[in-house]
Amino acid sequence: MLGPDTAWYLAVAAVLFGIGALGVLIRRNTLVVLLSLELMLNAGNLALIALSRHWHNGAGQVFALSVMAVAASEVCVGLGLVVALNRRDLSLDVDTLSELRG
Amino acid sequence: MNGLVLASAGNVLVWIVWVVAAFSCIASGLAVVTFSNPFYSALALIGNLASLAVMYLLLSAEFVAAAQVLVYAGAVVVMFLFVIAYVGPRHETPWSGGPGWQTVGAAAAAGALLVEIVVAVGMQASGSLAHETEVGAAFGTPAWIGRIFLVDHLLAFEITSVVLLVAAVGGVILGSHTRRTA
Repeated sequence: MLGPDTAWYLAVAAVLFGIGALGVLIRRNTLVVLLSLELMLNAGNLALIALSRHWHNGAGQVFALSVMAVAASEVCVGLGLVVALNRRDLSLDVDTLSELRG
Repeated sequence: MNGLVLASAGNVLVWIVWVVAAFSCIASGLAVVTFSNPFYSALALIGNLASLAVMYLLLSAEFVAAAQVLVYAGAVVVMFLFVIAYVGPRHETPWSGGPGWQTVGAAAAAGALLVEIVVAVGMQASGSLAHETEVGAAFGTPAWIGRIFLVDHLLAFEITSVVLLVAAVGGVILGSHTRRTA
């Protein structure tokens, strides 16, 4: 294969996953938490596709496409929650959203 | 001899593209996390997704790269931008009020997770990641993916469609105007 080995792609995926985890943990805005979650999902996708290329196995790419569908579903529900929160004039701060009762 | 020179030049070119893509991927990831305005975070996510698509192309996963740009940059990020514009500017502290114990603990937890991933992958895969397999021209093309998807992984395909349907119904229910009497 031309270019870097699979290990380099896995290193980028690990760093991206760490950045996403950092964002999920330290940010308080619900929207930015969702965006950081996307970063983590994409890091997983990069690792899946790199290993799919490495082992010459298409299952990794199929799984990455399934992860994209799950990410789209998660964004759909998550943004629906954000809109519902906004309509009820609730804060979007994840620290203050500590009870499930509407 | 001539072919060897050409292959070496191609290798250097792929390395340059990879380094640019990896740096812009990590830099835009950091931008998503650090921008205080969520609108800019969503815009930075587009850069992140584009550089990831470049890396998918280098891994000869053309269909996934196209799907990445269409589904993520085309649909997901646009939906994010719509909702951010709908919610409007909020007067909230973007960070947890200075480096409190919560921020420090979260950073430590994220760092520990990163170390854990690197150690686990390194121990599990030491040595076995060195040998590269050459792939054929069909690897990663839509026809190849479609055959795998609809022959080997048909159940996963159908379940994915059900998951998307359930999420769409849930989004409609969450977004509907009917308000239950409290």
